Amino acid sequence: MSALILIDHADSQIAKSAGELATFAKRLGDVTGLILAGAGQEEALVAQASKIALDKIIFIQSDDFATFSLAAISEAVSAQVKALAPKALVIASSSRGKEIAGRVAIATDSGLITDAIDLDSSRKSTQSVFGGSFSVIAEVTTPTAIITIRPSSIDPTSDEGAPIIEKISFQASDRSKLAKTLSSEPAVKGGRPELTEAKIVISGGRGTNGDFAPVEELADLLGAAVGASRAATDAGWYPHTHQVGQTGKTVSPQLYVACGISGAIQHRAGMQTSKTIVAINKDPEAPIFEVADFGVVGDLFKILPQASKSLAGRKS
Amino acid sequence: MKIAVCVKQVPDSWAEKKMIDGKLDREGVDAVLNDLDEYAIEEALAIVEPLNEAAGAQLHTVTLISMGPDRASDALRKGLSMGADDAILISDPALAGSDALATSKVLATAILAGGFDLVFCGTESTDARMSVIPAMLAERLGWAQLTFAGAVRVNESGKEIEIDRSTEFGVEKITAKFPAVVGVIEKINEPRYPSFKGIMAAKKKVIEVKSLSDIGLTGADVGKSAAWSVVESATARPPREKGVKIEDGGEAGNTLVDYLLEKRLV
Repeated sequence: MSALILIDHADSQIAKSAGELATFAKRLGDVTGLILAGAGQEEALVAQASKIALDKIIFIQSDDFATFSLAAISEAVSAQVKALAPKALVIASSSRGKEIAGRVAIATDSGLITDAIDLDSSRKSTQSVFGGSFSVIAEVTTPTAIITIRPSSIDPTSDEGAPIIEKISFQASDRSKLAKTLSSEPAVKGGRPELTEAKIVISGGRGTNGDFAPVEELADLLGAAVGASRAATDAGWYPHTHQVGQTGKTVSPQLYVACGISGAIQHRAGMQTSKTIVAINKDPEAPIFEVADFGVVGDLFKILPQASKSLAGRKS
Repeated sequence: MKIAVCVKQVPDSWAEKKMIDGKLDREGVDAVLNDLDEYAIEEALAIVEPLNEAAGAQLHTVTLISMGPDRASDALRKGLSMGADDAILISDPALAGSDALATSKVLATAILAGGFDLVFCGTESTDARMSVIPAMLAERLGWAQLTFAGAVRVNESGKEIEIDRSTEFGVEKITAKFPAVVGVIEKINEPRYPSFKGIMAAKKKVIEVKSLSDIGLTGADVGKSAAWSVVESATARPPREKGVKIEDGGEAGNTLVDYLLEKRLV
């Protein structure tokens, strides 16, 4: 048994991360994908998962996953880890993914690495820590390593597997039925990509004075996600789920545009590994310019609308 | 009702962090109470204060629990000045280098000994940022896991708690009987600043310092020797190359678009 991956899904769609996890896990050998879902979702999920590079799919069916969520999911995954003793269990880094990883690590006495950005064939993982200021290579010493990997850390291989499919059912133990989900409202997709998965992120800070309209306008023209500095989320100008920084999300897009953000380390720690950084700020001394590939000293309320207009003109 | 709040002393999240020999350099920067733990303390206080007021007595308490070096008592003192009743600090030289698995073991052991109904945690520490301790505590304790709470409703007499779990996936209402581990996110409240009265009162509050053997664990359970992952190398990232900086003379928006197109970024 070489590697297990946990395939996340929502609305009968498997997550984009599944292909990325399979690509990393393949470096360790054969890959088995675990899909945990309720009745009626098997066909759609298995069909989609069959298109990624897997050697085997284990579909675990239980309505307990919806009702008892993390504890039940963790119990079912732990049982597979114990039974199959894989070299690694690879999970996507998300709020839920890291919690499952933590519980499975405890339940199976396995070492844990979170937020890896690389995993090699000898099971060594690379993490980018302290906002990308350090790169850490670490190795888990237990028989199974539990590793969560940040989204978009690799381009998934286009290889298709021809996985063997196994179906089992599962019932959560009483210990996993302590927290019960009463209702669930999926996040409203505002048409914008998820912050940590977006190729382009446009962020606003104190300099917006609470008016994110020009930031959002440019973001929508570019199909970008919208981020915010802590100053902006603390002021209530933008939801805290969009906060980029040491106390918020870490992003690493192809292009990051910081608008009216001074660039305190608190913020830089969440975005300084972005491939290209553009900064717009009135203050020529703002620390954000130290990390910017292209800096503009000026008023974001003039510069952003002009850029949006120019882009819209060239696109049409 | 007895509530425990797990807190951690961390390097100031507004300061630059460095690694020395594969470990976070904790000496070179100011150490503060983890920002995100303040929300957990605030929420716990907001639950017990009205209950105590209604009862006319301090029947319901908030205890801070931390693992760290002796100087972590500074962070605990801040939490006490916000209004927590007392604190437990598990401090032992053998704890150095502990990973999340060992940390959760130490905290869970201390929590079990304390006879708590609820444990509150922040969602993550701003240094390690793993965001796994609340889930690990629930797994170790065999308690209900109520994490990423953006709102908490406690029914003290019914010993029930309900939360709105708010994540990138959406919002779920989750309920459980006591005991439970509750992880809170930033939007849940606005942590209070310690008042002068609170700061003075905190000086008289008790921080009970316990060693590993005091809580029934040994060095073999924790610390670097028990860590299940080893750091092979930690390399500082090279500084970014100096970029271009222009002043807006009225055309900077257009110049910016030219730059993005030339670099094929859009």
